[in-house]
Amino acid sequence: MNDLAEIISQNEDRLRTEWIRTMSSAVERADLISKAELDEQCNSILKALADGVKTSGPENLSGAGWSGARELLSSISASRARRGFSPGDVAMFVLSLKQPLFVLVREKMSKNPDAMFETIWSVTQLLDRLALITTDASIATREEMIMRQQQELMELSTPVVKLWDGILALPIIGTLDSARTQVVMESLLQAVVATNSRYAIIDITGVPTVDTLVAQHLLKTITAARLMGAECIISGVRPQIAQTIVHLGINLEDVITKAKLSDAFALALQRSGRAVVRTAAAAANPLGGFFSKREE
Amino acid sequence: MERIPVLRMGSLLLITIQVDMHDKLALQLQDDVTERISDWGSTGVLIDISSLEIVDSFIGRMLANIAGMSRVLGAETVVVGMQPAVAITLVELGMSLAGVRTALSVEAGMELLYGNAITGSENERTEA
Repeated sequence: MNDLAEIISQNEDRLRTEWIRTMSSAVERADLISKAELDEQCNSILKALADGVKTSGPENLSGAGWSGARELLSSISASRARRGFSPGDVAMFVLSLKQPLFVLVREKMSKNPDAMFETIWSVTQLLDRLALITTDASIATREEMIMRQQQELMELSTPVVKLWDGILALPIIGTLDSARTQVVMESLLQAVVATNSRYAIIDITGVPTVDTLVAQHLLKTITAARLMGAECIISGVRPQIAQTIVHLGINLEDVITKAKLSDAFALALQRSGRAVVRTAAAAANPLGGFFSKREE
Repeated sequence: MERIPVLRMGSLLLITIQVDMHDKLALQLQDDVTERISDWGSTGVLIDISSLEIVDSFIGRMLANIAGMSRVLGAETVVVGMQPAVAITLVELGMSLAGVRTALSVEAGMELLYGNAITGSENERTEA
């Protein structure tokens, strides 16, 4: 089988040119990768390929001789997946080496058809397996990206904002599942401690549906906040949600609920002994003085 | 013998739990609290658990018990300074400490109890 290694290493330049030509007719992604970079990647892969065939043979892909090629392919596929190549594109990158290699093999071995067939068969198997490696690597990279984005989405969608001294608001956007409840609960409780807040307003305007499970999660959060000494008010209950809650028989009687965030805020201000007043200046200049005067 | 101190602050009792609770200690504490309430005529009990990092259902039950006993003796219990992790654990254990009042800090707890004492005496006065 060292014939194959020789064929590859002796005709590296020609192989590369042919390879790039085939590749560009199959998948042209000049927008995603530069010519020079492609050249360099092809070069290093061909070198690793010749190396692998020489030391471990084309069958034994898990052998030590192939570790260089495997790592190289994985890293190239990962970087391509990050740039937006589809797994198919990435697999095509390796598979398009088949034709140039077959042409070469036919030229070199035309005198011995049996050996030619053997070689072509092993080349096919080898390249197929290498293509699978690239597909695996690019899918793994994508999954990693999706996981990270999910994590970011989760953190983004649970902000805790301070409305006033001792009053927090927690606008929840999206469906409240168990994992998110955990995040919501933790961030709320930590904010309660950090800001020494006695009132927390949980705004569910952005929660599309409230079923028994979501309600249970909400109640858990409220109970935990109560245990720490903070009172929770639920706001942003839409008419549909109010109907659903009653139809499902969810007991929210121990919880204060309000239709609007402003109502909940007004209640929290009132409970903490504060009131928002309209000053004369504000009445004369409606844009200038709202909230400008703190009443304490 | 190891014992959790019960401090007197005017008409209130202050209990700061800083060690791991076990059966004997909890029973001793229940004894002490009930004794002190009846001796000193306290109207409120503050239990500070801000230094508790870990709770189990035993501690949750103990808190509920002390609150219940105090209520029978005419004193209101406020649990103060619960850590977020502790609150989450208690909720996951299904213990919402329904009969127990809570506050963020000892100060807030005192405000709560004194506020109650004041309105309570006012009520008595109007009733009288």
